[in-house]
Amino acid sequence: MLERFPITQYINEEGELVRQDIKEGLSLDLIKIFYEKMLRARMMDKKCVNLQRQGRIGTYVQYEGQEAAQVGSALAIEEGDWMFPSYRDHAATMTFGHSLRNLLLYWVGRIEGGIPPEGKNIFPPAVPIASQLLHATGAAWAEKKKNTDRVSLVYFGDGATSEGDFHEGLNFASVFKAPVVFFNQNNGYAISVPTEKQMNSKTIAQKGLGYDIPSIRIDGNDILAVFMETQKAVERARSGEGPTLIEAVTWRYGAHTTADDPSKYRDQSESDRRRTTTDPLLRLERYLKQQNSWDEEWLASIEQKITDEINTALAEMDDVPEAEIEQLFNHVFEKPTWTIEQQREHHMSIKRGQV
Amino acid sequence: MTTAVQVKKLTMVQAVTDAMRTMLEEDESVLVLGEDVGINGGVFRATDGLIGQFGEDRVIDTPLAESGIVGTSIGLAVNGFRPIVEMQFLGFIYPAFNQLMTHATRMRQRSMGRFTVPMVVRAPYGAGVKAPEIHSDSVEALFTHIPGLKVVVPSNAYDAKGLLIASIEDPDPVLFLEPMRSYRSSRTEVPEEKYSIELGKAAYVKKGHDVTVLTWGAMVSDTVKAVEKYEEKYEATCDVIDLRTLYPLDKDVIAESVRKTGRAVIVHEAPSAGGVNGDVISVINDTAFFYLKAPIQKVTGFDTPVPVYSLEREYLPSSDKIIHAINMTLSY
Ligand SMILES: Cc1ncc(C[n+]2csc(CCOP(=O)(O)OP(=O)(O)O)c2C)c(N)n1
Repeated sequence: MLERFPITQYINEEGELVRQDIKEGLSLDLIKIFYEKMLRARMMDKKCVNLQRQGRIGTYVQYEGQEAAQVGSALAIEEGDWMFPSYRDHAATMTFGHSLRNLLLYWVGRIEGGIPPEGKNIFPPAVPIASQLLHATGAAWAEKKKNTDRVSLVYFGDGATSEGDFHEGLNFASVFKAPVVFFNQNNGYAISVPTEKQMNSKTIAQKGLGYDIPSIRIDGNDILAVFMETQKAVERARSGEGPTLIEAVTWRYGAHTTADDPSKYRDQSESDRRRTTTDPLLRLERYLKQQNSWDEEWLASIEQKITDEINTALAEMDDVPEAEIEQLFNHVFEKPTWTIEQQREHHMSIKRGQV
Repeated sequence: MTTAVQVKKLTMVQAVTDAMRTMLEEDESVLVLGEDVGINGGVFRATDGLIGQFGEDRVIDTPLAESGIVGTSIGLAVNGFRPIVEMQFLGFIYPAFNQLMTHATRMRQRSMGRFTVPMVVRAPYGAGVKAPEIHSDSVEALFTHIPGLKVVVPSNAYDAKGLLIASIEDPDPVLFLEPMRSYRSSRTEVPEEKYSIELGKAAYVKKGHDVTVLTWGAMVSDTVKAVEKYEEKYEATCDVIDLRTLYPLDKDVIAESVRKTGRAVIVHEAPSAGGVNGDVISVINDTAFFYLKAPIQKVTGFDTPVPVYSLEREYLPSSDKIIHAINMTLSY
């Protein structure tokens, strides 16, 4: 299976273009956009980890190391398409247009955090594992029924492929030829469980075989491979050819969440090694250097721009008034039931000390 | 000559580990299965150290699939093992609901006793620890509604060990709910030796005369605090009862106390509609109706999803609400 599903790469770890056929169309501007988007994601992630350590936000789920997989794939869809993230995929959602303010609000436990900007079809992050694959399939199926060329892009981890919902999602998409791209980030671990203990199969891509879904394995730290191959899958979906399964092989540098201690189950020196080898940002830096296009001033200027953007979002987060108690009771139904009305009344009167 | 019982002060989560260790040592057929229960020792460390002591054939890191874990455990249980399954959080048991509802709990009856499922499903649950969404659901009533399933909820370390051992020894499936908020909030003295607490038996947490306050899980300590506040200010005193087993309920203790006080308040953090409060009220109707001096009061969560953490304190029953309910029943 490893031979059948080789890992596709466009730019290798040394920053060399290994796919000469794309050289023509490859512009430095595009590479710089990729770099900037990944840097933005990384800086935001680091900020969030720090905020958690300072107690300013709650438990946080980091994605450092997975920027290429998330940013590259998110750039391959367009406005009007659908995105279905899990709890780890905020690099994807922020690239697709989710506001940094709401991203922060999500992690301070605010309902507003899950709300995408007007016009953007981004689902609130799925917390139960693999459940979102079916939603993505359903939404894509709806687009097909409505005769549009809109597609769904759905994110999930390696552990998610063990759940029934993963298999049901693939099967439905295959049966109904739904225009959905199943984007797996194989980061090697589901919390503490390494992929070899999660599954006996050597690849995740091969799981598509059982459903007759075209499946590929790509270097998830190579943003060019991620972008180009996701784009192809998106095009297939748009043109009515049905779903694709993409396994992006990557690595999370840090803990599963800020509440987890990875030293219990893995040697963190592997992360240190990868920061100097497979790192998605470093790879583009190397590429740009080889093209004599690396520019420290440019880097400083985009860093400044991103810092400003993050600081603005932080200020917005701090400015948000406390959550309104009413939020508890609103939006459970379109029209609250009498029980909810009664509970709201009772709760508020006790709070006001009126009884 | 009497030998002194060795006791140590444990948190509830340590007592849970201690119960599993005790049973893994005693009975070769006991297994621990779940996500991250092995090397990692569970995300709450409830299985910490067990894989080192018993090996990976008995403390098993499974693939990430709740239906798979519970479904295969049914097969293991039918075929000679006693699986203790850890759900990482109760809010993630829903994929396994089908297996519990349609198979685990009916196997004995469907086979007229030929096949049985001596299995325990443990699950941390409840609000108040600032967990992300879905992690804090308090849905015990979904399970008390499943015929053939016992539902147990300890509120302190001593009970946790005794009740978990009884659950593991029980010949039928048991759902063992562990209130996350109580995992490390206090320590109680726990004997090192094996002991069990009979399922289906409630406990008096404190005794009084005028009102019976019934609760379970993490709400036990909150309720005791509210009642103490109440008793400092007012004349009346309360029985506080920790139900400990939600199915089957301890109808004798409920009846005994409500017949004495004539007044009852039920406190739980789960939504009110379809909640266990209804079953408790039904027991009171059946056993103490003519002793009642006031309508039964209930203090519960709302009929809304457990909110994300910025509002979860608002969701949980407050001291004020408990005191208000006690006042309501007394002033009726
Ligand atoms: C149904 C369900 N079961 C268990 C959990 C607890 N849990 C949260 S993340 C996680 C591991 C997921 O691993 P993977 O799918 O590989 O994604 P990753 O976190 O590595 O991105 C688990 C078990 C959950 N969220 N949902």
